[in-house]
Amino acid sequence: MKKKVIILIFLLLFAGALGIVIGSVKIPLKELFLEQNRSIVIMRILRVLTAAISGAGLAVAGIALQAILRNPLAEPYLLGTSSGAGLGAVIAITLGVSSLYMPAAAFIGAILSIILVYNLARNNNKVPEHSLILSGVIVSVALSAIIVFLISMSANEALHGMTWWLWGNIQVFNPKLILAVAILVTLGIAVIYIFCQDLNAISIGEEEATHLGINVERVKKIMIIMASLITAGLVCICGIIGFVGLIVPHMMRLVVGPNHKTLIPATCISAAIFMILCDIISRVIFPPLEIPIGVITAVLGAPTFIILLKRRQKIG
Amino acid sequence: MKSLLEINNLSGGYYKQRVIKNISCKIEKGDFVGIIGPNGSGKTTLLRLLSRSLAPEEGSVMLEDKDISRMGLKEFCRKAAFVPQDTLINFSFTVAEIVLMGRIPHLERLQPEGKYDIEIAKNAMAMTDTAYLKEKNINELSSGERQRVIIAKALTQDPTLLFLDEPTSHLDIGHQIQILDLLKKLNRDNGLTIIMVLHDLNMASEYCNRVLLLNNGEIFKEGTPQEVLTYQNIETVYKTIVVVNKNPINSKPYVILVSREK
Repeated sequence: MKKKVIILIFLLLFAGALGIVIGSVKIPLKELFLEQNRSIVIMRILRVLTAAISGAGLAVAGIALQAILRNPLAEPYLLGTSSGAGLGAVIAITLGVSSLYMPAAAFIGAILSIILVYNLARNNNKVPEHSLILSGVIVSVALSAIIVFLISMSANEALHGMTWWLWGNIQVFNPKLILAVAILVTLGIAVIYIFCQDLNAISIGEEEATHLGINVERVKKIMIIMASLITAGLVCICGIIGFVGLIVPHMMRLVVGPNHKTLIPATCISAAIFMILCDIISRVIFPPLEIPIGVITAVLGAPTFIILLKRRQKIG
Repeated sequence: MKSLLEINNLSGGYYKQRVIKNISCKIEKGDFVGIIGPNGSGKTTLLRLLSRSLAPEEGSVMLEDKDISRMGLKEFCRKAAFVPQDTLINFSFTVAEIVLMGRIPHLERLQPEGKYDIEIAKNAMAMTDTAYLKEKNINELSSGERQRVIIAKALTQDPTLLFLDEPTSHLDIGHQIQILDLLKKLNRDNGLTIIMVLHDLNMASEYCNRVLLLNNGEIFKEGTPQEVLTYQNIETVYKTIVVVNKNPINSKPYVILVSREK
């Protein structure tokens, strides 16, 4: 286990270095650290950092939702949480709220959408897994439509345009906001990790967890709040990025198993690597154009979703 | 001697619909209690009230002289464990991981399992004959194996009291006997008190030293299998014709069903 973590950390450092060296503007390695290029290097470092925290945050939020809903398909994007957060943020900008309060508006949007999706899917106190994803996707589509409407009506430059919101982008706009969100996301991940034993127990069943002395309702609420907080923060700095919470936890369950004690740290590191690499791809595939990062995660995520779905149908 | 579990005027149910009505009863340490009764008589609801899955509307349940609803949830779970009918697990935990989860009530958050915890889990796996499955994925087991693993997890909680809700209803008779024999052994050798909901009257007769016969949320009759499993009691409660014979091997009551159609 230790060996795997060391390998992952090594890969993370490598990916980080790669993210700093490679960019849409080609600069030879010798010249990269010269005085005149300093601002580019700082931008790239910030960008790598943004990619890393957004990967880790979205993936751990996915893990928390998957455990409490006992559904490996749950994920902030597919449950409409990201769109809810996006709508909250867009409304805040349209109303002209200072950008540091934007995450608060996004958080309200995220938590409202998660409650809406959960209640839409619930039938006789049970939440069938397919209807959960179905209502998540429906809510997501509806909220995205409202986002598009608001952005089309507004001339506010701080909105960065539609693609930014709907497909995500790791470009650095506001270093202060990135720092604030990084702290928020780290705290969120830490809280989720503290509950790793509870998540293990809940993922085998709610009644089972109660019989192991776990206050399930309270843990569920805390997890929903943390997942919403993380998603809300991240949507404010990089828009809506889908499927990360599905792909990386799934891969890591295959590598380290479902025990949250190891799954969460392993997923954190590998999701950071994953996003840094996706971001590099988005920058270099058609330079100087940048592909929205959500396009790349969706291309990888959709097949993962189908694999998971097919496997569950086999079991069911 | 004080009773292990004292049920005082207990009533409860769901959404104001009272399923259990004013039940009082005492369960002693070392008892093997079977709760029987027709569908809808409140067997599972009673078990849920006793195991704290459901809060009572009136009355109380005292475990070792302490009201269970005033106990900390973890404290209660160190004393009482629960085995459901069947457990479907969506994630591919190994058997060892599942069994070790039984230590959760004994550990603080983020506290790693110590030698003692692992020792208890190993013992539980030895008793339930699941040690050879240790590295296996819980999803790959047969339902009999899975139920033994779930019992091993419950034993790892190191309880004095074990609740089971029809633990053998998804198993064939061979596996049913295997599970019930295991419970009998734990009851006899480890002094584990067992309270179990059962459908099969003959299984209750064979394994339990006390039987609670429920009807419409009340105790219709309580006592030894000989006292409870008479054809009069069964015909009144289940509204069906039966013949009660004696098991030729141990002379416990043996219920034979009789069809009304010729």
